[in-house]
Amino acid sequence: MTDIPRGARPTAAGWSNTDDAAERVRRRHAADRRLRRLGAGAIAVAIGLLVILLSSIVISSWTAWTTTQIRLDVTIDPGRIDADDPFRGRYQDLVREAVYGLFPEVESAADQRPLRDLISNGAQFEVRERVVENPGLVGKTVSIWVPASDSIDQLRKGVIDRELPPGRRRVSDRQIAYYDALVEQGRVRSVPNTTLFTAADSRFPELAGLEGALKGSFYLLLITALLSVPMGVAAAVYLEEFAPKNRWTDLIEVNINNLAAVPSIVFGLLGLAVFLGFFGLPRSAPLVGGMVLSLMTLPTIIIATRSALKAVPPSIREAALGVGASHLQMVGHHVLPLAMPGILTGAIIGMAQALGETAPLLLIGMNAFITAAPEGVTSPSTALPTQIFIWFDSPERGFVARTSAAIVVLLGFLILMNALAVFLRRRFERKW
Amino acid sequence: MVTQAHPKTLPHPEPPRRQRHDQPPKEHPGLQEAPRAPVAVHPEVPTGVEEAPRAKMAARDVDLWYGDKQALFGVSLDIAEGEVTALIGPSGCGKSTFIRCLNRMNDVIDIARVKGDIRLDDEDIYDKAVDVVQLRAKVGMVFQKPNPFPKSIFDNVAYGPRIHGLARTKSELDEAVETSLRGAGLWEEVKDRLDMPGTSLSGGQQQRLCIARAIAVSPEVILMDEPCSALDPIATAHIEELIDDLSRNFTIVIVTHNMQQAARVSEKTAFFHLGKLIEWGDTDQIFTNPNESMTQDYITGRFG
Repeated sequence: MTDIPRGARPTAAGWSNTDDAAERVRRRHAADRRLRRLGAGAIAVAIGLLVILLSSIVISSWTAWTTTQIRLDVTIDPGRIDADDPFRGRYQDLVREAVYGLFPEVESAADQRPLRDLISNGAQFEVRERVVENPGLVGKTVSIWVPASDSIDQLRKGVIDRELPPGRRRVSDRQIAYYDALVEQGRVRSVPNTTLFTAADSRFPELAGLEGALKGSFYLLLITALLSVPMGVAAAVYLEEFAPKNRWTDLIEVNINNLAAVPSIVFGLLGLAVFLGFFGLPRSAPLVGGMVLSLMTLPTIIIATRSALKAVPPSIREAALGVGASHLQMVGHHVLPLAMPGILTGAIIGMAQALGETAPLLLIGMNAFITAAPEGVTSPSTALPTQIFIWFDSPERGFVARTSAAIVVLLGFLILMNALAVFLRRRFERKW
Repeated sequence: MVTQAHPKTLPHPEPPRRQRHDQPPKEHPGLQEAPRAPVAVHPEVPTGVEEAPRAKMAARDVDLWYGDKQALFGVSLDIAEGEVTALIGPSGCGKSTFIRCLNRMNDVIDIARVKGDIRLDDEDIYDKAVDVVQLRAKVGMVFQKPNPFPKSIFDNVAYGPRIHGLARTKSELDEAVETSLRGAGLWEEVKDRLDMPGTSLSGGQQQRLCIARAIAVSPEVILMDEPCSALDPIATAHIEELIDDLSRNFTIVIVTHNMQQAARVSEKTAFFHLGKLIEWGDTDQIFTNPNESMTQDYITGRFG
């Protein structure tokens, strides 16, 4: 110590800026920067891909959110419709006459055919609904907006290109001429496609909707939640808090973890063999679908619940035991409430998984063509993902955009469920 | 699980007398070599202490294993009624392990095995007939890190009385909470914000809340496992004063790393080293004139 002369100061070339030190610092900073850039790059690529995926789906679904309607002046002919029983009647004839009435110059049957293909097959039901609602209309002429046929809908949206040679497009030159005439008369309008949510599946794209699939998915999730959440949470609580640690519980734990990795189609096969084949439960029913899906979500919920229980700090357990709470009281009063956000998150993520699952539902027949929304858990039904599958497979042009629209709806529900999970976690999160 | 070392019929050995000051230290000092009388409840009066208090708790030959590793070796110790007993010793010496045997907190550790005999008011606490919940209601515990429940201050204190059914009406519960918070010296600070979360208090207040929670179930013994190690000196002083107050109504066992603290708050001190109880006796004697050279070395700071 005394060797250092008093007043000596470290020179500018002190400990911090020797060449070696500067080189080390430079290299460390470079390594830091490299790692940070790599991380940011990875995130950018991931976000970019996601944006491409989402935007391509949203863009291709774009035309499905509106639909084309044509205004017809329908004369409710008392000769065809009985005012006392308006439900039964020859509405198709009324609609056809109204269409022919738009172009009185067209007379031959051969020429009238393309004319009546302007209008959707569902137009007659629209008219019937109006008359059933108000039987006083019989004998009068009413102006009604009815859905246009899919070809006209696609023509208006530009999906069918009118510049193409006639042989390569689905609308004839004559139909295009009729359509243009109708547009001129102000008889064509574009409205939001509510049919997409209020109708069940149909052969005709302009009449097809997701109501059946939405209800089916709702029943599916209901059954799945009722079965898998209580079972999963109870199993996890038992395994984590009460079960002795021995070879048997180890075996069960390994099996639960393996179960989470089993391909979902295997669960579908199991459902087909056991629930349909052995127990003889109804085909295509949300009940069976829910049972299969709950087998699939059970391991997810058990694993999430167990890790949520594990994450409760031991100090809280000790505090409860220290004031003389029994083991059950400790779990019930303190551990479970604190683990609740994690349990809820796990359950909702499991449900979201179940909502998007397709493969097992195909095997139990939930991809059938069903034109009515299910009335309960045992009536045949489709689900959102299987409906997407069916529409994707359909040849009609209108289903292309509708498939994407259905995907957007499904994604919307998934985002909603995940947002709910985040919200619940925030809501129930407590600090300790 | 717990092995029953002594059947209930066996006569409970009398707490050993402390060694006389003038005895030379032996290689394995302590309790095994001390004379034992067959009668349990009347310990002989050790030299220099007039009228020794009754032993509230008594441990005899307590061995404890964590799996294959033995953590306690034949610990025999009396906890005198109405006094503060401090357990000191270097880290890992088994003081916390021992204190957790006194209310069977080690039960929750699967691999822990206890052998030996621990009695509360002459009743074997490891007996099969003893309900561990009732035991913990009688022998409360305060932990190293303040661990209030993530609930309101009121609910923290009211939890014990609620689960044990000590308060039948709302007003009884209110009274129990107030009494306990007053007992823990916290009432004046929190009386206007009983519905605030217990975790919003400062560290020292949280620890006093934990003490209030412990005394709310009217225990007879309070175990404190390094209650001040996470606190600053002012909060520590608060707790130490509190321990002094509490010792009028409760029997207290406190584990501490802080030897000054042991000297300040306790009447009896026990020194542990490597799972063995090296020496125990009156705090004054342990700190001024220990029998064992190891104790001497530890309290003078030569190791540990």
